[in-house]
Amino acid sequence: MTYWDQKTETIERAALEALQLKRLQAIVRRVARKVPFYQRKLADCGVQPRDIRSLADLRRLPFTTNTDLRDTYPTGLLAIPSEDVLRLHTSSGTTGKPKALFFSRRDVDNAAELMARCLVMTGVTHRDVLQNMMTYGLFTGALVMHYGAEKVGCLVIPAGPGNSEKQLLLMQDFRTTVIHVTPSYALYLADFMEKKGVDPRRDLALRKAFVGAESYTEETRRKIEQALGIDVYNSYGLSEMNGPGIAFECEHKCGMHIWEDNFLIEIIDPRTGEPLPDGQTGELVLTALCREAMPLLRYRTRDITSIIPGPCSCGRTHRRLHRMTGRSDDMLIVRGVNIYPQQIERVLMSLPSVGRNYQIVLEGLDEMTINVELAEAGFDGHVEHLTRLQSEIVDRLRAEILTKPKVHLVPPGTLPVSEGKAKRVIDNRSL
Amino acid sequence: MSAVNLIAVFAENQLGQMGRITQVLADAGVNIRWVTIATNERLGVIKFLVDKCDLAYESLHQKGWTASLVEVLAIEVEDKPGGLHTVADCLARNKINVENSSGFVSNNRAVLLIEVQDVAAARQILTKQTLRLLSQEEILTL
Ligand SMILES: [Zn+2]
Repeated sequence: MTYWDQKTETIERAALEALQLKRLQAIVRRVARKVPFYQRKLADCGVQPRDIRSLADLRRLPFTTNTDLRDTYPTGLLAIPSEDVLRLHTSSGTTGKPKALFFSRRDVDNAAELMARCLVMTGVTHRDVLQNMMTYGLFTGALVMHYGAEKVGCLVIPAGPGNSEKQLLLMQDFRTTVIHVTPSYALYLADFMEKKGVDPRRDLALRKAFVGAESYTEETRRKIEQALGIDVYNSYGLSEMNGPGIAFECEHKCGMHIWEDNFLIEIIDPRTGEPLPDGQTGELVLTALCREAMPLLRYRTRDITSIIPGPCSCGRTHRRLHRMTGRSDDMLIVRGVNIYPQQIERVLMSLPSVGRNYQIVLEGLDEMTINVELAEAGFDGHVEHLTRLQSEIVDRLRAEILTKPKVHLVPPGTLPVSEGKAKRVIDNRSL
Repeated sequence: MSAVNLIAVFAENQLGQMGRITQVLADAGVNIRWVTIATNERLGVIKFLVDKCDLAYESLHQKGWTASLVEVLAIEVEDKPGGLHTVADCLARNKINVENSSGFVSNNRAVLLIEVQDVAAARQILTKQTLRLLSQEEILTL
């Protein structure tokens, strides 16, 4: 087992918490001095920096939202003199103004440092050749990976996305071992290689892929792994918090270690803002402990996940996040329970006899019915087996979403084909 | 050799669907000899005994239906009092767990179709008894 920064990655929890508290106090003091936006917010909450005496006092601090970032655009959250800013990235939303994200020299270096931890955690060494197929530009994804891989000492090929002919040539000529790529482009490349008669196992030196920037399922991960004969590692990143490299899977692929010396993590109920215990699903809230140019307190990521309780066999003490199961905006409330459509999708897709399409129908006072297409190969002519599968789906869903839905299995191809998850939910409730 | 194939179709709300399925079979020139419907709430499976099983499967599949072949055993039952009892008794004595059964009479010959978990094992046991198992050809020429 190798580490990039063994001392920090395997730090005792007590020492980690002491470090977190020290950094939290420092960052609150700093934003209270330098950022008028936070001066106002802290005053509204009636909190002064000296009130933060333990990590439990984190709850007294105000949240920062997506809207706050847009409202303060472009420089309202800057905590250093503008001449000390080294780099600007932006994050474009689907609507309205972008978010401006500033990096100081220390932020650029620190983001690369965290990325290096992530890379080494998956077994990357200075002998690796990393072909970076993400878009270089205002988007954080490509550059942070680039700097991190250089820090590890990899040969980095800044290929950018697209031009599959050229990508393949680079992979062949420079014996690329690692690619950084979006899931859809990874699948496209696999298909492209097949058409070109290139067998990645025989003709290429590929070993790993870091797949990100778009959400994807466990099934897609396996598909990419099989098609290219490589290991795919899940990762989590957020432009507002450096970009990629916040949380990454280790070689055990059992959840993503989040670097807790840099980020304070909370899981909250998105409805009430109340913190939830480890293991429960809710919205991820991050406080950046080390960001210099643009520190954010209790930033509501709107990403839905849970903290995996217990230690990991890799020896790292930083806790692990479950794969993101969706966005808080997609949340449904059924009989008082928060439910994310992605939780339902995850259960359905884990059953081989279940097909690709499903539909969540809410009706009456608060009834949830899930129509589930059977997989073509899942039909053997026996109604008893369909009945059994139907009850298995109900049981598994109840364990995941804590309420018992009605489930109807339907023949493959009989549900309307929907694009995007939004249309999978039909809410006809008469509330 | 003595197994009989039924064509099973997954159809919810089977009453409305039956006509559409039989239309597909009729258009393909498939003759239906026997039909049985198994339901559980909204789930429905319609099983047909047809003269051209592969053609039936192909035609249904092409029209977007989810179909599957189901192997059953066809046991001839003496068409007299106690005939069915002899068969049922034999199945029970040999601990053959029947998942589904249906029967029909054609030209004074009675046939019991049974679905079991392990068709090969059940066939082996039953042929050692005095029961007569019918092949696909035999059952279609009754
Ligand atoms: Zn680990």
